[in-house]
Amino acid sequence: MATESEGLKLRNAPGTDPMRPALFEVHRVRQETRDTFTLELRSRGPSDGFQFLPGQFNMVYVFGVGEVPISISGDPNRPNALFHTTRAVGAVTKAMRRLRRGDVLGIRGPFGASWPVNEVSAREVIIVAGGIGLAPLRPMIYQLLSQRDQRGRVVLLYGARTPDEILFTHELQQWRTQLGLEAFVTVDRAHGDWQGNVGVVTTLIPKAPFDPSQAVALVCGPEVMMRFTVMELSKRGISKNRIYISMERNMKCGIGLCGHCQFGPYYVCKDGPVFRYDQVQDLIPLREI
Amino acid sequence: MTPRPSEWGPPFRFKPEDLESLFVVLHEQAYKIIGPTVNDDAIVLGELNSTADLPVGWTDEQSGGSYRLARHSRPEFFHFASGPHSLKQYLHPPSVCLWTASRNGHGFEIMEKVQEAGKLAFVGVRACDLHALAILDKVFKAGPLPDSSYALRRSQLLVIAVNCTSPGGTCFCESMKCGPQVDEGFDLVLTEIEDEGRHFFVGQAGSESGRTIAAKIPQEEASSTDLERVETMLNDARTRMGRRLDTSDLKKQLYRSYDHPRWEETAERCLNCGNCTMVCPTCFCNTMEDVTDLSGVRAERWRKWDSCFTTDFSYIHGGSIRSSAKSRYRQWLIHKLATWVDQFGTFGCVGCGRCITWCPVGIDLTEETAAILESNSTSTPGMK
Amino acid sequence: METLKPLLEEHPFLRDLSAEHLDLVVGCAKNVRFDPGKYLFREGQEANEFFIIRDGHVAVEIHSATKGPVIIQTVGAGEILGWSWLIPPYQWHFDARAVEVTRAIALDGKCLRGKCEKDYHLGYELMKRFSHIIEERLAATRLQLLDLYGNGI
Ligand SMILES: Cc1cc2nc3c(=O)[nH]c(=O)nc-3n(C[C@H](O)[C@H](O)[C@H](O)COP(=O)(O)OP(=O)(O)OC[C@H]3O[C@@H](n4cnc5c(N)ncnc54)[C@H](O)[C@@H]3O)c2cc1C
Ligand code: SF4
Ligand code: SF4
Ligand code: FES
Repeated sequence: MATESEGLKLRNAPGTDPMRPALFEVHRVRQETRDTFTLELRSRGPSDGFQFLPGQFNMVYVFGVGEVPISISGDPNRPNALFHTTRAVGAVTKAMRRLRRGDVLGIRGPFGASWPVNEVSAREVIIVAGGIGLAPLRPMIYQLLSQRDQRGRVVLLYGARTPDEILFTHELQQWRTQLGLEAFVTVDRAHGDWQGNVGVVTTLIPKAPFDPSQAVALVCGPEVMMRFTVMELSKRGISKNRIYISMERNMKCGIGLCGHCQFGPYYVCKDGPVFRYDQVQDLIPLREI
Repeated sequence: MTPRPSEWGPPFRFKPEDLESLFVVLHEQAYKIIGPTVNDDAIVLGELNSTADLPVGWTDEQSGGSYRLARHSRPEFFHFASGPHSLKQYLHPPSVCLWTASRNGHGFEIMEKVQEAGKLAFVGVRACDLHALAILDKVFKAGPLPDSSYALRRSQLLVIAVNCTSPGGTCFCESMKCGPQVDEGFDLVLTEIEDEGRHFFVGQAGSESGRTIAAKIPQEEASSTDLERVETMLNDARTRMGRRLDTSDLKKQLYRSYDHPRWEETAERCLNCGNCTMVCPTCFCNTMEDVTDLSGVRAERWRKWDSCFTTDFSYIHGGSIRSSAKSRYRQWLIHKLATWVDQFGTFGCVGCGRCITWCPVGIDLTEETAAILESNSTSTPGMK
Repeated sequence: METLKPLLEEHPFLRDLSAEHLDLVVGCAKNVRFDPGKYLFREGQEANEFFIIRDGHVAVEIHSATKGPVIIQTVGAGEILGWSWLIPPYQWHFDARAVEVTRAIALDGKCLRGKCEKDYHLGYELMKRFSHIIEERLAATRLQLLDLYGNGI
């Protein structure tokens, strides 16, 4: 049990401690909507790029302010740059919004379970996103569209609050016209000049073009939205073991050591954030768990 | 002492005055000795210079919400139950600086805070606390991304355990199968025997380092009568547990009880003080605190103990997930006795009774659990 | 009118209606078409119809004095629009504007109301179907009210 060490004290080896952030520099800031922005980051240290799986997240540290979990929103096949799309809501995320080119952030990650990358590769995929929930799904969309010749249809149902708050509008257009993404967007309210759908994202599900016996569904958004989405998807006949959701909980460590992200028997940071719905369906109806 | 793995040494017997020689050997081997000692009206853990620092002549009286230090007339060194401290204080300290950072130009730099760990020898560790140590190992060391500072401190540990023959009023290690007999994870285990004016120790090494140390204690071979005596005392201790908990089917029953009315009743008494989580030898939850100096040039990351009894613990933008007191007490108890099993393969409770003793209003998890199990088996009020 | 029967028969809204009842409904149906910008109905007008949208896209709006038209729902192919014809005082509460060329089957509510009063079985069948639509609409409205994507909930 005790090591017969020579010295009185042992020191831990410096290097790859997952508790210690790596430094990344802001390369570009892109204002997506009034309160949401995308940071494009480049590693400051020697790096062969930032490898990650769609759906994984990083713990993002702003000097002297704090650290929060943010999903990776970039293309997994272009690991030279790291992208985070963030909504400024509180202390840390507002501090992130003030960053400019050349500023530095601390990054720990990538952490967490990914979307079912292998399972979906040969199937029809229906993606349902609400608000900022499109950000964690974007890497998956890149991935799916890049292998589009070997695969079935990809349908995106996306709900935003207003037309001004739709994320990645330019890309959505491009994915639709050039890469065959079947995207349907809806907003909660709009003025008379809006040509698109109005209504919550769940209202798109009954008429969405997918085969429930084939499709895998990937869902990300606020918890209430995901609950109702799963209900509608089930009405269409998608079985619960082909629906995936991405959960959100308070996170301090990101690697299963701090206890904050517990969700019943799970640690959202390492068992999730992506869960297959049948894993969590008994927990979802419980309050304050 | 029933099972005897091959690395265990032969049982031996030594005189109480030769306990000092153990301390001498440990000091020679450059260990800092940590063990029970009287301080602030309680038997706590602290650095021991010699056996004189042990709580000879002291004992404790524990019940729900109450701890009293008391005198007793016998000469034993280890005649008391668990105090408020456990190994957790040393292996997973209440606050640790993980790194510091300092601003330079647009950016900043992160400086490793080199973690150092001295050689620590714990004397007088009970079976419950050894099981708690094994649980902390699972939490911090067994996963794919272990905690390096814990692992470092852990690697420097020597454990001199003591078989418990003086369970307290809130103990239930027997129910949790975590005591009173020391059965794993020790370097040396002692049983203190005091009857009819005879006072001696029976010892046995449990590791190579334990054998080396044991060899330095003046000793004689333990007789079969000595070993029988140990056995009898442990059996006797098993019958004197102040509390009991039925663990058969516990996990399943608790998973069915999220909507049980009992949580609400308990929440009305619970002060949300978090004492139970602080004294618990397995409660490991912690938080990260980022601080800066006034000039904003230097920043530090501290890891500190945290408690699931606060609303901040589960806060996400928009509100706290567990905003009611009921949901927080429920989270704690169900974690200890149900979800922990799915997470780490054991209960998160070793039956040391600390949470019962140190709860200011005497909330007792064995009583709470029994109430839930009982109404689960008779009826299912308010349950899904 | 014969041409509309197969269409109506196939539509999920009328599926499993008895042949006799279906004939009654078909008797009240006609094809309609709206160019972009044309109104299917307007707030305050008498509500004498409902629509089964065949293709196109309709915005249900409310006119705000300061913000102009605010769209509260859109209705597209396959969906049912309008239930004010069923409930006194039979008046539209909103505007419905074709966003693109919209073809629909209009069902004469006045005519149906009469038939329902005479044949409660038909009335019950239609009520069941409309309450389903109203229930779904209510659920969607509640979610919209929650401001789902705006706040962390
Ligand atoms: C796995 C995961 C992925 C996420 N991905 C994204 C993303 O891609 N884009 C995005 O905009 N947001 C994302 N979030 C939400 C984001 O983490 C919160 O918006 C952020 O923590 C708010 O911090 P704040 O300091 O700005 O807000 P405050 O309200 O000031 O938060 C104070 C503190 O509370 C805690 N906290 C508050 N909200 C959350 C929360 N929602 N989740 C966890 N801890 C919280 C944090 O410790 C935070 O420091 C994600 C959350 C999780 C768990
Ligand atoms: S829950 Fe209570 S009895 Fe169990 S190990 Fe923790 S402090 Fe001891
Ligand atoms: S159970 Fe007791 S010790 Fe624990 S938080 Fe409640 S009042 Fe405090
Ligand atoms: S974030 Fe620390 S355990 Fe999950």
